[in-house]
Amino acid sequence: MTRIPSWIWPIIIAVLVFAASRVVKNEYYMFAGYVVLQYIVLASAWNILGGYSGYVNFGSAAFFAIGAYGTVVLDKLWQPPLVVAIFLGGIVASLVGLATAYLTLRLRGVFFAIATLALAIVLQTLVVNWDYVGGPLGYYSVRPDSIVGFPSYVNYLFVIMLVLALITVLVARAIEWSFIGRGLAAIRDNELAAECCGVPTLRLKVFATMVSGGLMGMAGAPFPYYITYLDPNSAFSLAYGINSIAMPLIGGMTHWIGPVIGAVLLAVIQQVATVTISSELNLMIVGGLLITFITLAPNGIVGLFETYRQQRLERASP
Amino acid sequence: MVSPELLFNALLTGLFLGGFYAAVSVGITIAFGMLDIVNIAHPVFIIMGSFIAYIVNRNFGLDPLLTVILATPLFFLLGIVIFRFYYAAFEKSGKGSLRGLAFFFGILFVIEVTLLLAFGVDYRLVQTSYIGPNIGFKHIDLPLRMVIPFVGSMTMVTGLYVFFSHTFIGRAIMAVAQDEFALSLMAVDTVALRQLAFGVAIATAAIAGGFLIVIQPVDPSLGREYIGRVFAICVLGGLGSITGTVIAALILGTVETITSTLFGPSWAPAVSFAALLLTLAIRPSGIMGR
Repeated sequence: MTRIPSWIWPIIIAVLVFAASRVVKNEYYMFAGYVVLQYIVLASAWNILGGYSGYVNFGSAAFFAIGAYGTVVLDKLWQPPLVVAIFLGGIVASLVGLATAYLTLRLRGVFFAIATLALAIVLQTLVVNWDYVGGPLGYYSVRPDSIVGFPSYVNYLFVIMLVLALITVLVARAIEWSFIGRGLAAIRDNELAAECCGVPTLRLKVFATMVSGGLMGMAGAPFPYYITYLDPNSAFSLAYGINSIAMPLIGGMTHWIGPVIGAVLLAVIQQVATVTISSELNLMIVGGLLITFITLAPNGIVGLFETYRQQRLERASP
Repeated sequence: MVSPELLFNALLTGLFLGGFYAAVSVGITIAFGMLDIVNIAHPVFIIMGSFIAYIVNRNFGLDPLLTVILATPLFFLLGIVIFRFYYAAFEKSGKGSLRGLAFFFGILFVIEVTLLLAFGVDYRLVQTSYIGPNIGFKHIDLPLRMVIPFVGSMTMVTGLYVFFSHTFIGRAIMAVAQDEFALSLMAVDTVALRQLAFGVAIATAAIAGGFLIVIQPVDPSLGREYIGRVFAICVLGGLGSITGTVIAALILGTVETITSTLFGPSWAPAVSFAALLLTLAIRPSGIMGR
């Protein structure tokens, strides 16, 4: 019996979700599902750099907002199709990633983390001072008319995000299984030793930052149409920063499925908590879970599962 | 065109603000520079100090600065508890930096949201005699609410400098910062020393919090603004040097105030990032770095 290759599963699940989106009539599920999918993209993208190579990026919100505000600028200029905005948002975000990475990744990893944290704050300063995109007041984006073939625009956004999530997961998996992923893992375990063995560490780190940042930018591009009113506080919300770190950490950082598990779990909890309790308490839950997991189960849910399987194997063959 | 008088006033205000920044950053200099603990939650401890000053001031009318000085032992203990936890969970097992960073990020969120739930998003301020009046001569106005934190900060930082360079324990901590392994070979309990130093670092946050709420009204998420700033100062000063921290804080305070005078206050937060990137690109070891 030949094993089914694991890249089939994300595709099958995506097709099933797409089929469900055709059947389900309640728009709320599209709204909530969009957020979950968006977090799958952010968490998987974060994990390409953070999980595989061990370099922490606190500035997910910055890359996300680059995509979102890129769409705002394009929307004001000539209202191109959303796909163009997503593409451009990804390119700009990955270029910002390139610049930040090149300046700081040659030094200790901590400097990169701090620089990304500051990057989010500075980009927010720039946007607040940039009247063209609405400055501190924000920007109302008018949704285009419904797209042919989709029951509603929200449904269209949902499907777009579904495709993005699928692409991100497949890219993350491809990177993990290629020489790039092995190089990044070598960097995570011992950067000096990796460098000595001829791993092009700087080039790999910069490449991972670009892919990761670009995917986050792409996730942000549809956001103005989703939320219809975009202001700096919602685009640069620190929720993106903490969630895109917490989700891979809780799911498990060394395997591409980890961020997906973490994203689905945390995003669903947060959606439920927002509706039933309050949105502040949300972040509290995430922060608490983050602390609990990194102290008690540092390899996340995937790690717990693997330990369990290992123990069972050992018991089976003494 | 900006008048020279205005510029001079900005320069002076900037220096005073920079003095306060030194008090804010010195805790990071100790924790990050000397102990290699990336405590990105430091600003949120400062906000905690501010809120303690606010609560006591509103309920009992006690002076905010007196309050935070009384609160330092509490913060010191809190620092020791956090260090114990951090050490047991991350350092002992040898997988420090990444998880430690995420740990402090989590702490930052939990404290901030707790404050947010307890006090809401409103700005809080304190009442004391020295918040209103100015001292000044001729064309120069100096608000007392800037002068007192400046003098206090300088006193605190000088005290820390003397502690780290002239006392036995302080010099032992500096030795740990330089080469922990060598020291542990001499049968020194390096963990206890680091724990003590981390306690001192968190204790400075209480005092800095008192200064902060004297200078400006405080809301729970104000700490975020300070994260980039304190690390920029710490890196610019050359990690782990208190003298360097003071010089860098004065420079950053001045540049920030002049920037906001010339281009408007909404541009000020960009200064610290530019300073951080420039330092990392040109001289990563900072002003006083070895």
